[in-house]
Amino acid sequence: MGKKRYNNIQGYSFLMPALVVILVFTLVPIAYAFFMMFFKVDLLSGTRTFVGFGNFEKIFSDPKFWASFQNTFKYVAVVVPIQTIIAMILAALLNSKVKFDRAFLTVMFIPTLTSSSAMTLIFMWLFNNNGLVTNLIESVFGAKVQFLTNPDLALTVIMVMNIFSTVPHFMVVFLSGLQDIPGSLYEAASIDGATKVKQFFHVTVPQLMPITFYVVTMGLVGCFQIFDQAFIISNGTGGPQNSTLTFSLYIYQLAFSSNDMGRATALAFLLGIIIFTVTFIVNKLLKADEVNG
Amino acid sequence: MNMKKNNRTLKTIIYTLLILYSLVTLAPFVWSILTSFKTTAEIAGGGTFFPETWSLDGYQTILESQFPQWVMNSLFVALLTTVFNIFFNTMAGYALARIDFKGRQVLFSFLLVLIMIPSQVTMIPLYIVISDLGLVDSQWSIIFTTMINIGYIFMMRQFFINFPRDVEEAAAMDGLSRFGTFIRIVLPNAKAAVATQGVFVFMGVWNEFMKPLLFISSPDKYMLTQGLNALSKTFKNSTQWDVIMAGSLLSIIPIFILYIVLNKYFITENDQTAGVK
Repeated sequence: MGKKRYNNIQGYSFLMPALVVILVFTLVPIAYAFFMMFFKVDLLSGTRTFVGFGNFEKIFSDPKFWASFQNTFKYVAVVVPIQTIIAMILAALLNSKVKFDRAFLTVMFIPTLTSSSAMTLIFMWLFNNNGLVTNLIESVFGAKVQFLTNPDLALTVIMVMNIFSTVPHFMVVFLSGLQDIPGSLYEAASIDGATKVKQFFHVTVPQLMPITFYVVTMGLVGCFQIFDQAFIISNGTGGPQNSTLTFSLYIYQLAFSSNDMGRATALAFLLGIIIFTVTFIVNKLLKADEVNG
Repeated sequence: MNMKKNNRTLKTIIYTLLILYSLVTLAPFVWSILTSFKTTAEIAGGGTFFPETWSLDGYQTILESQFPQWVMNSLFVALLTTVFNIFFNTMAGYALARIDFKGRQVLFSFLLVLIMIPSQVTMIPLYIVISDLGLVDSQWSIIFTTMINIGYIFMMRQFFINFPRDVEEAAAMDGLSRFGTFIRIVLPNAKAAVATQGVFVFMGVWNEFMKPLLFISSPDKYMLTQGLNALSKTFKNSTQWDVIMAGSLLSIIPIFILYIVLNKYFITENDQTAGVK
């Protein structure tokens, strides 16, 4: 009896700091969110007015919301598949008994270390007038492309940058998964006469499926929340012509430029629902695919 | 014979691809290093790949700005946050793995649900909580909201589940209290897991952009990422990319030093939630 009580006290005292932080900085904000979505909150004057679903109605009738909706989905649809595929291929290349694999890995991992702000500034300079990429394109095609001020291209720069900086992380995740695939599967395949490329598609890809779920899920959750790069490139405006306005950036603008915390929270809640729904659907589709394949 | 030849072509392709991707990885960094040594006049005029005249003006301008102050701010916040995370996550993970207390399973499942809530969903209400606590424009806002991490709690729990019990039992026999055992026996034995956690927490705080942007407003309290962005706004208009690149590169250096010294902790176990699946 005494032992049990002792254990309870011990357990909760070891967990106390974590529980306090979770309570104050996660649970209270969540509870707050459920309340704020239905209010018009003005932080400056401290007034709160109940508006029911008014915040949601305003959001859905707002062209800026639909712009951010479109941009974010486009962004996710491009970045998640590409980064997953590149990461998987690079991991497979690194795992194919090459020399200097550790050296390659060490170099290729560098973008993951770099902060989003430094990375974005470096990429802005790459794609600026006189930047390396712009100059290269000019010398090959003879045309000067304005990447950052062109509404059709600004988001593409952010996509390229994000793929560049998240691929190494997922590559390492895939690599640890590859090392768990039993060598006997490859031996069997090679006895059957399968080439290395065939082995990749018939052994590696199916065996990596659980890791792929994880990478795709993490990719979706991360990409839907894209903020830093869009903020820095557009100086917080989401421009040119709302082309880099993402969900998170729009939430930020509502809260801090329009001083409409209630509507910002309602939008954040929508973002949460979207992330859960899309992740759920994509995982179901991938799983169904695995069963059929 | 034919098989061997095929293998050799395949090897060549593999090496080519790996070298190409490594070059693609390095190119932006090489380009920004070269830029940081150019003069502003050269950059504005278009310029060549290599600097025509090597200049340290960019670095000088950066070091005369508030940049060094921001480095100190980021160091202070990141170091303190790392220490808190190491203690609190490890204690929590240890309790979840080793102490048989009432409600352990429920608590664990509850944490599993919480970890799935995207951080930006709670960001605005979190700002209001911070403001209610009077922490707006204080570095403690970042430290307090980042001092534990459920992902690493899970990682530590996984670690302790596989950790041999007899070491602790021996310590308990010697009359050490549970907390004493934890500090003197458990923590030193968990060195590798603690190092992995520490490295990633430090890097996470050092690179964090959104929280400082929301919580901190006085330039003398800026975190480095935020300061860098503020600086770049000024210097972009005058095309002083040498200054911006010098600042960006200097801001990465501390993480690079960590990366070189503690390389194995960055790459081997970098998947923080691997134990959760």
